[in-house]
Order: sequence, then C-alpha cells, then structure tokens
Amino acid sequence: MATIVSPLPGIFYRKPGPGKPPFANEGDTIEVGQTLGIVEIMKQFTEIQSDVAGVLESFEVNEGDMVNPGDAIIVIREG
Amino acid sequence: MAFEIGNPGLATTVQDQGRTGHYNVGIPQSGSMDQYSAELGNALVGNTAREAVLECTYLGPVLTTDSDAVIAVTGAPVDVKVNGESRPQWTRLLLKAGDQLSFGVIQGGTRYYIAVQGGIDVPEVLGSRSTYSLGAIGGFKGRKLEAGDVIPVGAPLNDGKLPPADSVPEEFRPVFAKEQQVRIVLGLYDHRLTDEGLGNLLNEEWKVTPVADRMGLRYSGPGVKWKEREQPFGAGSDPSNIVDAGYAVGSIQIPGGTQPIILHRDAVSGGGYAMVGTVISADMDLVARAAPGTATTFQAVSLEDALEARRDLAEHRNKAWSELGASR
Repeated sequence: MATIVSPLPGIFYRKPGPGKPPFANEGDTIEVGQTLGIVEIMKQFTEIQSDVAGVLESFEVNEGDMVNPGDAIIVIREG
Repeated sequence: MAFEIGNPGLATTVQDQGRTGHYNVGIPQSGSMDQYSAELGNALVGNTAREAVLECTYLGPVLTTDSDAVIAVTGAPVDVKVNGESRPQWTRLLLKAGDQLSFGVIQGGTRYYIAVQGGIDVPEVLGSRSTYSLGAIGGFKGRKLEAGDVIPVGAPLNDGKLPPADSVPEEFRPVFAKEQQVRIVLGLYDHRLTDEGLGNLLNEEWKVTPVADRMGLRYSGPGVKWKEREQPFGAGSDPSNIVDAGYAVGSIQIPGGTQPIILHRDAVSGGGYAMVGTVISADMDLVARAAPGTATTFQAVSLEDALEARRDLAEHRNKAWSELGASR
C-alpha cells in the first residue's frame, strides 16, 4: 500500500470543477503521475498526483475537507 | 550569478524589508511576511538586513545555481535538500555551481526563506525589491516566480566576509506552534461591539482558515455581535460597515460579525469595515507564521505594552545578530 500525502494545507477536491466528474474513483487503475485530486489554498489549485502505479484503494479525506501538510489523502494498492 | 528556477513552488516571491512610505497612496508595504526569519537568513550569509531574499510559501521551489553560492534557509521547518541530500536549516550552506536546491514537505508554519550572499538583485521599485503581486510591481517582473525564470544574485558585500558563526543558536529560532496568543491594541471601533461580541473576540478561541495569504488571514470562531445603530450616510447597511477610512497594517475587521480578518503586509490601505483592533507590530511575524488550523487567542494590551514588546523584539533580534558576529 502506498499513501499519497498532501504537500500543503488547503481544501481537498476530487473534481476539477463543480459538476465535473471526479479525477479518479475507488477501484480505478492509477498510473504514475496521474492527477487524483486538487488542493486549494491562496486561490490556487495544486494537483495531487500519484507517485506510484496501482489500484486506488481508498480516499482518506472527503470532498471539501481541510487538509494539512503531510496528511494522508489517498491509499493506492501498488502493482 | 543567478538562480535558475526549475519548479517555482506555490508562491515564491522576492521580498525585503518592505516598501514603506507610500501607504497613503494605496501602495502596501509588502516585504517578507516573517521579517525576523528572513533577516537572520541574511545575517548568516554576510548580508545586511536590507538584502532581498526568496520567500517560499508551503511548497518551495526547485532551483539550480549557475555559480558557487552561499545560502541559508530560515523560517518554517522544512527538509532542505541539496542535490537530493538533506541539509540543516538556520545554517549557512555552501553550494557549488550546478547544485540543485529543493525542499520536502513543510512541517509547520507557512513560509521559509532562502537568503543568498549578495542578495537577490532585482531592481528597486519605490525604494524596495519586494514583490507586490496584486499591483504587479517590484520583485521579479512584479510577480511570483515561474519555471524558467533566471533570478539575478548580487555581488557579495564586504569583500565576501562571512560572520564567524554559521548557525543560528536554538534560542534565537522562532517557534512554529499550532497554538498562538496574538497581542492586539483595541480600537478604533471596538466600542461598536456589544459586550458579548468583545468578550468573544478576547476570550474565545479562533482558528486560522485556509483563506490566508499575504494580504490577510481569515479566522473562524464564535463570531461577534455589533451594537445596533442607524448607519451614517456613506456607510454600508451592515453594522460592521463604516464610512470608508484608512486601515492600519495589522488591523482586524469582522465583516458581518462572523470571521475576523487580520490585514497583513500586502493589504489594502483603506475601506469600509470597522477595525476592532490592531495586531501589535511585534506580533506581525507571529501571525505570518500561522498555518490554517492554528488555534489563536487575542489578548488586548495597552499601547505602552505594545511599544515595550517592540523594543524587546528589536533587542532579541539585535542579540541574535551579535551572537552570529554579524552586523546588521
């Protein structure tokens, strides 16, 4: 299992914008460098990308939750 | 010499002691949000307090130096890496031409500073090298850094003489805590709050929200209540509105009575919200270090206390410089 952490504080979103489909869902096959969510801080959106390949196991935070640097956001089953 | 920016980070800007003297025409002072940390970076690399540094916010840059360079990283705790290897903070570092500087995940606070011997050598605008992004003046092309930027570094001062000490002693490094007590002087409009409202401001806990940047920091908490009144001509209809007036740097407004906003170094110089108090100048660096989620209490102090705190901070800062054997 690999944990993707937020490198910065802010609000976590799973979608690129309101009414758009999520970047990824549980069970999806994930590639290295794939965008899985965004964190908004100071009116800027920072993409959270996977640094491993595998299957998206779970989201550790909900859409719209506040995250802090180092917080686990997503768990990926590697392979 | 120069730094080439690979990845710019979230909001990396050139800052110095600030652009004072133009607030009356709407130009904020800008400058390093955490002046104390930025200054001690300069001290470590043989600069005066005036040289410009790079201010990094949460996500730092990846940069490469084209010449040998003397640098120091101060401010919020973060893993400093040279060519991928960890290096200490608050300590002078020697880079070789071609070395790459990068950063890990920030471990507290909000901003860290890269000081370099000779300072960041961008042109002065109205007497300062600080970036005011909203006004697109100062710094590097009036904006935050972007990938591919080549940032000029000035010539070493004092024939490249460096202070004898190469590390800031622990006692002179600020604390980056998740709880803060911020001292304020009440006024000019605290009399417009109800007793309960003022009590909430001073006795309850407030948390920094993610809506916080160089312009100001918004806090969530129990809210406050304003006294009812017939709004004067020219003021907005909400009781938190006043007829437009000048804002002090560090002043606190509470639009609608819900979330207090502390105006910081890039804030507008005036507007129509009642200011219930002003953060004392000695605590502005402290507020600058407050990350989202920081639990904050506001303590009212007298103007005399504020002036004494300012003297104490200056004394502490001067002592740090002399501990290093550096001259400000």
